[in-house]
Amino acid sequence: MSAPAPHDRDAPGPNEVWVFVELDGGRAADVSLELLGRARELADRLGTRAGAVVTGTGAADAAAALIACGADTVYVAEHDELAAYRTGPYARVVSGLVRRYRPQIVLYGATTTGRDLAPRVASELRTGLTADCTDLRIGDHSTRETAYRDLLYQIRPAFGGNIIATIVCPEHRPQMATVREGVMRLPEPDDTRSGQVVSIDVETEAGSGEGGKDGRASDPAPAEPSAAREATATAILLRPEDLEVALLDRHKEEKKVDLKGARIVVAGGVGVGSREGFALIEQLAEALGGVVGASRAAVDAGWVDRDHQIGQTGTTVRPKLYIAAGISGSVQHRAGMDESARILAINTDPLAPVFSVAHYGVVGDLHEVIPRMIAAYKVKGAG
Amino acid sequence: MKHAPSTHAQLRIAVLVKQVPDTANVTGKAMKDDGTVNRAALPAIFNPEDLNALEEALRLRDRHGGRIIVITMGPPAAVQVLRESLYRGAEEVVLLTDRRFAGADTLATSYALACAVRRLGDVDLVLCGRQAIDGDTAQVGPQTAEKLGLPQITCVSRIDEVVPPRRLAATSSGLGTAAYEHRGSVTATRSIEGGYETLRAPLPAVLTITGEANDPRPPSAKLVLTYKDVAAEAWPDYDDSYLDPQSDAAEVCLIDHDGRPVCRARVVLWDAAAIGTEEGLTGLRGSPTRVKEIESVVLAQPDARMVEPTDEGITELVHKLIAEHILG
Repeated sequence: MSAPAPHDRDAPGPNEVWVFVELDGGRAADVSLELLGRARELADRLGTRAGAVVTGTGAADAAAALIACGADTVYVAEHDELAAYRTGPYARVVSGLVRRYRPQIVLYGATTTGRDLAPRVASELRTGLTADCTDLRIGDHSTRETAYRDLLYQIRPAFGGNIIATIVCPEHRPQMATVREGVMRLPEPDDTRSGQVVSIDVETEAGSGEGGKDGRASDPAPAEPSAAREATATAILLRPEDLEVALLDRHKEEKKVDLKGARIVVAGGVGVGSREGFALIEQLAEALGGVVGASRAAVDAGWVDRDHQIGQTGTTVRPKLYIAAGISGSVQHRAGMDESARILAINTDPLAPVFSVAHYGVVGDLHEVIPRMIAAYKVKGAG
Repeated sequence: MKHAPSTHAQLRIAVLVKQVPDTANVTGKAMKDDGTVNRAALPAIFNPEDLNALEEALRLRDRHGGRIIVITMGPPAAVQVLRESLYRGAEEVVLLTDRRFAGADTLATSYALACAVRRLGDVDLVLCGRQAIDGDTAQVGPQTAEKLGLPQITCVSRIDEVVPPRRLAATSSGLGTAAYEHRGSVTATRSIEGGYETLRAPLPAVLTITGEANDPRPPSAKLVLTYKDVAAEAWPDYDDSYLDPQSDAAEVCLIDHDGRPVCRARVVLWDAAAIGTEEGLTGLRGSPTRVKEIESVVLAQPDARMVEPTDEGITELVHKLIAEHILG
């Protein structure tokens, strides 16, 4: 992380670059921290502050980590009704904060939460939203009438991956986008960074809620108890209709597949041919000490669980070795693996696009090639 | 007709569907030489998850009674997905088509769809697919819900229970205006990362349905015969009085050129005026986002080191990867 820019000490204000932060077991989710890293870069490029919005119960506890990962301002909205994600109250809080502080950019993880929340907020604010971006940059844009400076370029594959589109939102603010986990790099936390925590009062219409303790900006260190509770007029009010959907049950298991942390990924695609055929992919992964990945087509065919999906709408990986077996390599798939240190492609079609990103290519049938690889590796391993 | 309109329709379900290019089955060159998308190479299909949404609607209708109204926005050719909906058992179909809708991003699309749902009057459930395969944005469902001021449950893999509303009087004077003894509710399970959550929303509500929810039924041969001539041509007729099940017009038949009744359903055609959209909120003008640039995907020349698929080639490759400390 670079040294704090001079404006770091300025008060939170308009034109910040925001990230909506999801909490996962009390700590900020990786995807949110990854986005914060990019938000930091975008804010530096724009000469403004990076902001993190965190909602829930115990949200304030995440503030220090968010500042270490690049936030200048952390907006904390705590209320019992925000304990678990629900569309209504979350959308109310986020759009309320946007109206109050007017950030120029708001980024969301393309999770089931972000993809539920962001469109609702975009619609309420009547602004644009681009889903599943694979890159975000700052640049200019001109039409016949107007020249726009420093817009957010929202870059994503579209139309089944046959094109890469750059989307802009010239006239409406904030500019909003969702990004999948793993697309941006996780920033190195810098515990010496400083930032401000802004506690936001949230109240239910009946006024029964446990709002934030302090409406004013304070240091990230243990917040000073403030005698002056922020006036009710400036609290964000949750209306009865925001709360009418009840969460009856939530069941979440720890991720069974750790693709992001894998040093070796062995991924199978259409060329594998069947659910049974995937056993071969699993054998190679096991032999090499790798994790099983898959193309979307293989997942859609039901051969392997969705947790294994690599690509724009799956997981993005950067392992030391990525083996693509029977994967043609659509742009969406390549977006999820083309930064791997080494890519080995095995495909019967010598013209398969996957060879364009591969370091090693084998034109051949994976059903013959993989057993040879396992045999060769075992011999070497024994020797 | 099996599903005659009842005076106390238990559920009125609007299903929002989209005709999409079949991006998974490109039959020719996807891009023209000038870099634009070659739509001719992409056959148009019923967006897969919208079929799942229709299937959920059909199951609910079969269980509770009621009516299904399918809405699509698109060019006149999009009438094909409405026909497909009739073949599977939808009662009513609406095509939103107007030059003023063209070039819409998800916000402008949702606005037009929400205006159309409002025009339908009392609807208990709005269902649509989670996302369309041409953009995979999953934004239109939640944005339509927000425009309608209705609760949403997205990414639904199972509808657990629907308690139909009890209306004090059968009315269709506008969304949410009916007098209810109780509003009814929907309980649904949505897929989240590594698990699921179950939510209950009061009706009316908007649900987006995933492919996990069901296996859509095929078209019924009988219904295909009944409806195959539907809307062979579209005509600007905004008389939708038959949408009110109380109306005599509900029994009106589509008359063919020779004056013979063809079937009882027809395609209702609505333009921007018919659904009362505000100037500037539809189509490209109503869309905050702009496509700045489209790059056709050009592949780099392969510079992969090619390895023979023989024992010798593979063994040499494995040794090389071990020597590079790529394999341990």
